[in-house]
Amino acid sequence: MIKKYLGLAWMALGPIAMTFLFMHAIEKVGLTHTDIERTNTILQWGIILFIFFPISLGLMIFGFYAWKGEYEKLPENSHGV
Amino acid sequence: MIEIQPKNNIFKVIGASSLGTLIEWYDFYIFGSLAVIIGHQLFPADAGASALINTLAIFAAGFIVRPFGALVFGRLGDLIGRKYTFLLTLVLMGGSTFLIGLIPSYKSIGYAAPILVLILRLIQGLALGGEYGGAATYVAEHAPKNRRGFFTSWIQTTATLGLFLSLGIIVITKNFLGAETFADWGWRVPFLLSIVLVGVSIYIRMKMHESPMFTKLKSEGKVSKNPLKESFNNKANFKMVLLALFGATMGQGVIWYTGQFYAQSFLENTCKLDFNDSRYILLWGIAFATPFFVVFGAWSDKVGRKWIMLMGMLLGIIFYRPIYRTFLNDTSEENFAKNELFSSSQGFPIITPLANQVDSLRSLETKILFTNGTGYTKVQMDTLSATKGVISAPGMLKDKILPKPIFWKFVGLIFFQILLVTMVYGPIAAFLVELFPTKIRYTSMSLPYHIGNGVFGGLVPFIATLIASFSGSNPLSGLWYPIGVAALSLVIGTIYLSNKRDESIND
Repeated sequence: MIKKYLGLAWMALGPIAMTFLFMHAIEKVGLTHTDIERTNTILQWGIILFIFFPISLGLMIFGFYAWKGEYEKLPENSHGV
Repeated sequence: MIEIQPKNNIFKVIGASSLGTLIEWYDFYIFGSLAVIIGHQLFPADAGASALINTLAIFAAGFIVRPFGALVFGRLGDLIGRKYTFLLTLVLMGGSTFLIGLIPSYKSIGYAAPILVLILRLIQGLALGGEYGGAATYVAEHAPKNRRGFFTSWIQTTATLGLFLSLGIIVITKNFLGAETFADWGWRVPFLLSIVLVGVSIYIRMKMHESPMFTKLKSEGKVSKNPLKESFNNKANFKMVLLALFGATMGQGVIWYTGQFYAQSFLENTCKLDFNDSRYILLWGIAFATPFFVVFGAWSDKVGRKWIMLMGMLLGIIFYRPIYRTFLNDTSEENFAKNELFSSSQGFPIITPLANQVDSLRSLETKILFTNGTGYTKVQMDTLSATKGVISAPGMLKDKILPKPIFWKFVGLIFFQILLVTMVYGPIAAFLVELFPTKIRYTSMSLPYHIGNGVFGGLVPFIATLIASFSGSNPLSGLWYPIGVAALSLVIGTIYLSNKRDESIND
């Protein structure tokens, strides 16, 4: 049962992580002063958000599968996949 | 009619696969190890720190495209076979590395130089994304079922040995040519050398036969028609891809890159060790720890893969902060001050005008040597202000040379971190291979591997350095990124992964 209920936590963790990253990105870009520094900061955080957005989505799907009980019994071997 | 393929000798299979994969890792890592020098060549002379940042961004681009390479070449490997696909990745990697060595500098062709290098770097990342899954699958499909962990662990040694080879060749070339010649054109040598290594590896791989399992599948007409669709549109398989990523490769990736890449970056940039010292420490650590890939791979055949990998993650979570705190404390100025002073020589002050054309910056270097052979260079930077007089900043130490006992203590700490790498990485190829069926194995195992290693792992130096630069943070704050990712992976892996090994992967 722990596998199933933790699925809710993974589903929640995806959007929480993205919100946290997004808020951080806005804060850090706001703290920069010069044009070059601002461009670099936007670029760095843009890369981070771009990469981690689909991964967060994947974590939500993982949580959804867990909640649906898909991981309660794993296949014994790759025949079962 | 069933095509009968001659059998490969398992040791020839391992040799041919490992050599090619090792060379691909070598090609991939020399760029990162030479980032500072390449930055000077690719960008305007007055670009300063932004040249390094942009060069590191080009370096990171290679990591980010690895999952796309996994999709492109994984699909190809499941359609046309393992052998020809990883031959292709080898040619692409070797060719692009060789061409990076020939790229004219910014002085000759302007911004075309960094753009061309970026394109070649993207090809490198794509090729690497296709290589590893092919090599691991190829070896696993030849290996006896009860020794799959042992045989695939030889492939697992190649990433670390590729890093070892790249560091070694760079240090040897630099020492042979001298620092000035190396910075001028000598940095191209490690890139150009790649073509010879790749040529040898292609020759060896051409002599190998296709994997017996893929050949059987092909002869029975069971090859997947659309590996991408079958891998990711099939819930039963896709859920295993997600489990492999979040429960294993994500944590494994951060342990790999913290123990080797971030460790070197921390010793060089945060602890300010001498260029050669920081590399020698890593080289010794790698040399002592590398055999353990095979030890843990073989052990996983007996006790299962899961708990060895998760134990490596747990030990990383517990010990990273104490280890890096020791690095900092042992290289502090107070620690050096305990030694008996031998000599202190001051250079000439260098005065650089600041952008406002009124004030200037005075930099003064003092070389301090102690009787036990250790020492450092102290850099004092003062602003000469027209209105406020001399404004002094605290002195900064660089090029620190450690006392022998501390040097070997650091080798021990790096060895321990790489030992954790061998625990998480040694069994993972066998673990991934056993998770997926033959017809979509190349595609299915490559994606979680390269997201875990290329994205979560490859970005460790970048994200950890970024976190450490936040206001209110300290030099150890960056470690929260690998510790947090490893902890999440540990929890998911402990709860969801099975320790049971799939005896037969012939499906």
